[in-house]
Amino acid sequence: MNLQSPLARVRGLGSAKTGLHHWWLQRLTALALIPLSLWFTYSLLVVISADYATVVAWLARPLNAILMLLFIIALYYHAVLGVQVVIEDYINSKRQRIACLILVKFLALLSGLSAAMAVLKIYSGL
Amino acid sequence: MTEFTLPKNSKVETGKTFAYAEGTTNKKTFQVYRFEPDSGENPRLDSYEINLDNFGPMVLDALIYIKNEIDSTLTFRRSCREGICGSCAMNIGGTNTLACTKAIDEFKHNIAIYPLPHMPVIKDLVPDLTHFYAQYAAIKPWMQTQSAPPPDTERLQSKAEREALDGLYECILCACCSTSCPSYWWNSDRYLGPATLLQAYRWIADSRDEYTGERLDDLEDPFRLYRCHTIMNCTNTCPKGLNPAKAIAEIKKLLVSRTV
Repeated sequence: MNLQSPLARVRGLGSAKTGLHHWWLQRLTALALIPLSLWFTYSLLVVISADYATVVAWLARPLNAILMLLFIIALYYHAVLGVQVVIEDYINSKRQRIACLILVKFLALLSGLSAAMAVLKIYSGL
Repeated sequence: MTEFTLPKNSKVETGKTFAYAEGTTNKKTFQVYRFEPDSGENPRLDSYEINLDNFGPMVLDALIYIKNEIDSTLTFRRSCREGICGSCAMNIGGTNTLACTKAIDEFKHNIAIYPLPHMPVIKDLVPDLTHFYAQYAAIKPWMQTQSAPPPDTERLQSKAEREALDGLYECILCACCSTSCPSYWWNSDRYLGPATLLQAYRWIADSRDEYTGERLDDLEDPFRLYRCHTIMNCTNTCPKGLNPAKAIAEIKKLLVSRTV
């Protein structure tokens, strides 16, 4: 039985005093992704029919490598923020919510870092 | 997980039919959500076919006619019948609005009337707004100042400062916007909802209030404020033509502007 007053329930644990950072970075990454994804699409169209050696040589150029890294970082950051919002919206149970958030963030880190590593490996030629 | 379907005991069944419009072509059928918690029965949708010559032009006139002449058990809130008290907010023809300012002739066919969506129902068209009002109380909807009031005048505002409150002070807290918001449906335990956030901004925008920073502190929260995803249902549905989504965006802008 919950005999708390309605106001006590609303005030709850108080304001988290965060959320701005999340919201602002979602907008900044979205802004960055406009030119980056245009560049990425254009690049794909250019190299799509090339052979392996040409693509590797293309990605090893410093400008292409740095743009690809920026694209990967912005894309994964934006995707994680977005999926986090969906999870917080639709999963009510606190335990399930935290489990999903951890899983999504770990998977994104794993796959994002792998992508970045691949670019760095090609760039450094190791 | 969030529930997307109604629980079994909330499924709406077909109810009784009342035909009270013999011998006229100026008639309409009102399908009204009925729920009696004490009966243990599921909610039902009763149909009232009535002669439009017998009452005024608004949906509320029809409801009052039904209650007076056909079925006195029909329960709904109403008071001012001119769109200023917010009591008769309900879902009419699929949109939250005030029954007293919604004209019957805006609808071509039958008019379906439900209580405000996703709220606990007390009876028929009467939702439980306790939590909604507590959320309003939580934002401290009164002027907070540190400086003493001027001894022989009111706290003055320039014309422009007063105009900053236009589009905010008109809110009558009917709850149409909050109960039309999917984010409020899923997370109203923590998300304040468009009505309360518009009211919060009303005090943030007030040049006489001296606690803007504290008000922003209290709102900066992933759930209290940032559950708003600019779905815009609030602005679409507001029977007073206000723009809660814009008020929320202004709060977000102020939170950014105090960091840059």
